[in-house]
Amino acid sequence: MTYPAASTPTSLELVCPAGNLPSLKAAIDHGADAVYIGFRDDTNARHFPGLNFDAKTAAQGVEYAHRRNRRVFVALNTFPQPSGWERWRTAVDRAAELGVDAIIAADISVLDYACRQHPQLPLHLSVQGSATNYEAIRFYHEHFGIRRVVLPRVLALPQVRHVLEHSPVALEVFGFGGLCIMVEGRCLLSSYVTGESPNMCGVCSPAKAVRWQETPQGLETRLNGLLIDRHAPGEPAGYPTLCKGRFTVGEQAYYAIEEPTSLNTLELLPELCAMGIAAIKIEGRQRSPAYVSQVTQVWRTAIDACRRHPTGYAPKPEWQQALGKVSEGQQTTLGAYHRHWQ
Amino acid sequence: MNNVTPRLPKLALGPVLYYWPRETLLAFYEQMSASPVDIICLGETVCAKRRSLNIDDWLDLAERLTAAGKEVVLSTMALLGAESELKALRRWCANGRFMVEANDMSAVHLLSGQAPFALGTGINIYNDHTLRFLADLGARRWILPVELSRVALAEIQAQRPAGMETEVFVYGRLPLAYSARCFTARYHNLPKDDCQYRCLNDPEGLTVSSREGQAFLTLNGIQTQSAQTCNLLAELAELRALGVDVLRISPQAEGTERVIATFAAALRGECAPGEAAATLNADLPYGACNGYWQGQAGLQQIAGC
Repeated sequence: MTYPAASTPTSLELVCPAGNLPSLKAAIDHGADAVYIGFRDDTNARHFPGLNFDAKTAAQGVEYAHRRNRRVFVALNTFPQPSGWERWRTAVDRAAELGVDAIIAADISVLDYACRQHPQLPLHLSVQGSATNYEAIRFYHEHFGIRRVVLPRVLALPQVRHVLEHSPVALEVFGFGGLCIMVEGRCLLSSYVTGESPNMCGVCSPAKAVRWQETPQGLETRLNGLLIDRHAPGEPAGYPTLCKGRFTVGEQAYYAIEEPTSLNTLELLPELCAMGIAAIKIEGRQRSPAYVSQVTQVWRTAIDACRRHPTGYAPKPEWQQALGKVSEGQQTTLGAYHRHWQ
Repeated sequence: MNNVTPRLPKLALGPVLYYWPRETLLAFYEQMSASPVDIICLGETVCAKRRSLNIDDWLDLAERLTAAGKEVVLSTMALLGAESELKALRRWCANGRFMVEANDMSAVHLLSGQAPFALGTGINIYNDHTLRFLADLGARRWILPVELSRVALAEIQAQRPAGMETEVFVYGRLPLAYSARCFTARYHNLPKDDCQYRCLNDPEGLTVSSREGQAFLTLNGIQTQSAQTCNLLAELAELRALGVDVLRISPQAEGTERVIATFAAALRGECAPGEAAATLNADLPYGACNGYWQGQAGLQQIAGC
C-alpha cells in the first residue's frame, strides 16, 4: 500500500496534554490548537491512577474542542501483548467512533489494525515508535500512511532539520516538559527495577513502587526498595524518576544519567518555525490543569509573537520564569537539541 | 501427539556491545570460531564512533567464520541519526551474502522484500500480529524483547508464523536503553563530540550503584545495560518446551567461552542445567537475574519452582 506524501504544513500547531476533562478545557481555553488524551487503561503511556478519559468524558472533550475548532488526538501508544490485544483493538474502534482527529500509535499491530479498519482516521507515529531517522519514518508512511511523526527527544537541531528534509510526513517535536533522556519506546529501566515499563504498562517509575522516608541522613526516595536519591534538609526533592536519581559510578556520586530538569525550547522557536516543523508538543498529561493553563498560555503567546516577528523574536524573561516555576527541579534545558548536552 | 523429539536449540553469540580494541576483537572471534556456538552476530550496534573494524574488516571476518562452519549474521546499529550512519546501514543491508539482523525500523525498511532478515533486540515485537506483519516483509527470525515473560512468549509462539525462528536472550547483561547522551563521556566530564574513546578503558562498561552500594546498571557509551547478568540456563527445559530455536549469549570480556561450553554441555545432556547455572552464577560480580522471564522486575533472581 502506498500513500501520497502529506502536504508540508507551514505553521507550528500547539499540541497540549490533557490528563482529564478540566485539563482539556484549560488547554483549549488558553490557546492550544490541539490536545492529546488517553483512555483509562494501559493502552496509553500515561496509565496513572485517576487519570485519563472514560467514554463519557472523552465524548465531552471532543465536543468541547470541536465546537471551538480545535483538534483532539488519542494516544494509543503502548505495546499490546497477545492477552491484552482486545483492549487495544477496542480502543482504536472507540477513538474512531468518537470522531477524534488522529490516533497516536507506536506498535505495528495497532497501526495496522487502525489503518485497515478505519482508513479515514489519520495516524501519527508516537514518540514511542522510536523513529529517529527518515528511513524508519518511510517504513511507517509506506505501510500505514502515517501523516505525522513525533520525534524522540534525542536529536540535535541539525539532525531534526535533516530528518525533515527527507521525511515524507510532517514532524512534531517536543517543546516543553518532562525530559526523557532515553529513546522513547526503547527504555526498559523502569521495568528492570519495578516490573512495569512504558512499553508494557504505560508507566515509568510507577507511583505504587515509590517510598519517601525521612532518615537521619535526610529524605530518602526509593523505587521498589532501590535508593534513588537522598536529599539534605532543605534540598528540594522531586519525584523519584529512575533516570534522575543520584548514583555512584567509580568514586563519584552524581546524577549519572540526568538531572531532574525539564525540556524547554522556547528560544528555538524561530528555528523550528523556519524549518517547517508542523507541531510542538507539550509534555505532561499527568500534570494539573493549572500546569496545563500556565504552559499553554506561555507557548501560545510565544508562538504568536514568533509568527509576527520571527527575526525580532526573543523569549521574554517573564515567560521563562513562568515555565521555570512549573519545571521539574525548577530548572530547564535545551536537551539533545543542543549538541553540548549530549 | 507425536514422538518426534524437538530439534535442539542452536546457540548464538550476540554482537559485542562494548568497545574493544581491534586486536582484542579479532582474538575473541578467533576463539569463538573454535567454540560450539552455531550462529555469530557481527557488527557495531551501539556507537558509530567505535571503529576497531571497518565494514570490509567485518565482512572478511564474516567469511572466515563462515569457512569455520558458523552461520554469520550482520547486526545493525540500534540508534541512527546521522546520514553517514544511514549510508553505512545501506551498505550493510545490501551486502548480498549474509543475513542482516535489524535493530532499528530503518533497517527493516531497507530489508523489506529484499532479503530474508532477522529482528534484533532493538525491534519491539510484543505480539503475534506485529510478528506476522514483519514475517510478510521477509523476517525469518525474531528475538523476544528482553522485558517480556515466558507467558508472553508462550502466547506469541502459539500464533507464530510458519518458517519463523524464535530467539531468546539467555545470557549476558541486558540491553535496557539507548540515549543521545554518552554516559561514559558524561562520567569523564567530556562532551560526546570529544569523548576521547574512554569506553575503550571499560571492556564490560561502568557499573552504576545506588548510594547504598546496590549495583544495578551498567553504562556502555550511549547504551544502558543491567549490572546483573541474565542467566536462563536453569530454564532450559521450558525454553525447549516453548519451541525456542535459538539461545543468545551476549559476549562479555571474560568467560564467554566457558558460558558457551556450559550451555552446549547442558544441551547435550551432559550436565544438569540448574546446577550448571548455579556454578556460572557463583562467579558473577553483581549476581544473576531472571525476573523478566518470570514476569517480575528484571533485576530479580527468582529460584526455580
